[in-house]
Amino acid sequence: MGTISLKNARKAFGDVVIIPGASLDIKNGEFVVFVGPSGCGKSTLLRMIAGLEDLTSGAILIDGKDMTEEAPSKRGLSMVFQSYALYPHMSVRGNISFGLKMAGMPKNEIEAKVAKAAATLNLTEYLDRKPRQLSGGQRQRVAIGRAIVRNPEGFLFDEPLSNLDAALRVNMRLEIMQMHKDLGATMVYVTHDQVEAMTMADRIVVLNRGNIEQVGSPLELYNRPDSLFVAGFIGSPKMNLISGKPAEKYDAQTIGIRPEHLGISLKDGTWPAKISLAEHLGADTYLHVDAGPCGMMTVRAAGEYDAAPDAKIFLTPEPDRIHRFDGDGKAIRK
Amino acid sequence: MATQQTRTLGKLAVSPSVFALLMWMIVPLSMTIYFSFLRYNLLDPNPICSLMTPGALLDAENRCLAGFSNYSYFLTDPAFFKAMGNSLKLVGWVLAISVAGGTLLALLLDQAFYGRGFVRIMMIAPFLVMPTVSALVWKNMMMNPVSGFLAYLFKLVGLQPIDWFAHFPMTAVVIMVSWQWVPFATLILLTSLQSLDEEQKEAAEMDGTPPLSYFWYIVLPHLIRPMTVVILIQTIFLLNVFAEIYVTGTGGRAGNLPFLVYQYGLIANDIGGASAGGIIAVILANIVAIFLMRMIGKNLDA
Repeated sequence: MGTISLKNARKAFGDVVIIPGASLDIKNGEFVVFVGPSGCGKSTLLRMIAGLEDLTSGAILIDGKDMTEEAPSKRGLSMVFQSYALYPHMSVRGNISFGLKMAGMPKNEIEAKVAKAAATLNLTEYLDRKPRQLSGGQRQRVAIGRAIVRNPEGFLFDEPLSNLDAALRVNMRLEIMQMHKDLGATMVYVTHDQVEAMTMADRIVVLNRGNIEQVGSPLELYNRPDSLFVAGFIGSPKMNLISGKPAEKYDAQTIGIRPEHLGISLKDGTWPAKISLAEHLGADTYLHVDAGPCGMMTVRAAGEYDAAPDAKIFLTPEPDRIHRFDGDGKAIRK
Repeated sequence: MATQQTRTLGKLAVSPSVFALLMWMIVPLSMTIYFSFLRYNLLDPNPICSLMTPGALLDAENRCLAGFSNYSYFLTDPAFFKAMGNSLKLVGWVLAISVAGGTLLALLLDQAFYGRGFVRIMMIAPFLVMPTVSALVWKNMMMNPVSGFLAYLFKLVGLQPIDWFAHFPMTAVVIMVSWQWVPFATLILLTSLQSLDEEQKEAAEMDGTPPLSYFWYIVLPHLIRPMTVVILIQTIFLLNVFAEIYVTGTGGRAGNLPFLVYQYGLIANDIGGASAGGIIAVILANIVAIFLMRMIGKNLDA
């Protein structure tokens, strides 16, 4: 079945180390999201799994077998590319069936598979069109169709939604999640969008400069970030990070508190602050406040918060929601 | 935001250059057409028609006016059909060699190897050599049956050197012209190869495409458009090949249409006949161009 294991996989171009050594076990049927800022090596790691990049050292096991030296097409994985990478001169049918044709599958079998994939992806009426005659979402679907028909052990997605507009992105996100549920195949998904990571993943792998920073379920990462980096990366808006005097009171170099875990009061509280900006989203209001020694902070107020500019307020963190970090940026657990 | 005003202004601004180009083309063309209807031979001991006889076309006694006789003479000349055949042979062979050879070389140069930048620059060099010079080099250095490099190679392996220009004049011309035009095709096809989407290559790799299928299904369709451009441009230039034939003295057996026009004008001194031949060549070239556009021009749509 579709288990994927990285054993100290390392990638370097000459002296430039991209991935210093990553170890990870992906279970069968799991939806794993690689997330991190641009240039953190998440795409490289995915391409190493796909076989499009060679490993400098280490090993990759797929389904328990060492696939480190195996050709990409022999690994039983399908990939969906960021640019979709459809063959422009082939029809949708041609694109979806190309891999099967190359594998030498009989024609009628290919027909059946393509028809089935097209039906699932609502592409049936577009089968004879060329990619350039399709919208972004439809192209995305063709790319997914091309991946599905090969019946892979696992799917690899390289930022597949980054070329779509916001509304479509939400739709496709749901469709991919539904597909994961229906197929039950292992999926590895790369994104820089932490909302995508939080909503889709069974487990998130946070990468920072080629290192796996933390692996865990979305809520684990949200509630118990191992490091300052993860704390700052997961959650939107970002966690407020406070260092200096206010942090020392909590025996930490830096403390973090999320905007949604700060209480607001007009009379009293831990930290006095002055409102400088308010963002009204309807359901919530985000206040950007100047909290003196704590610096600029973001606070979430539920509903419509009537904030006068320069109004004085007091902020109180929920005590068990304070994250403490030491000088190396590692979390201090109680 | 092209308003009526800016459009008018634009037309006005380009009109001088359009006018200049038009004159550049129209004046020689109309003079050629004019001459083609005159009985105008430089060797005529008793010339009635000189370079620009005023009112020649209106001459009442028609002494000067040739009507279509220049055309009918040229078109019924057995040399005309031979020249036509040679023109087509030359164009066809050079096109085939430069498209096939250009594709292979482009594929090679697209690979990473040491000194690739230098090789790429050297590659285009033949295209920059003047046809006359290239013909001289080929004639004296390469294909000379006594002192030529090819003769040396033949002798090296114990073969009888070939006297190219005497025995295989057409082949010799095709080789020389191809040497000049393969680099052009290579250059265009190479730039196109490099624009092939990297992720498409990888998608093909994920699909498990063997190299030949990859070339056939992914690379070749990508190259169809630049190939079309190469064929269109080269056809126009190859119909006009003259220097290689003139310099190597292969006109007798490998002479094409331009060479025949040269023979009419500068050997027989028949300006009227040469002009008629020139006009016929222009018309034929246009017919070929229209056919090509019809056949492969559709690849340039969209």
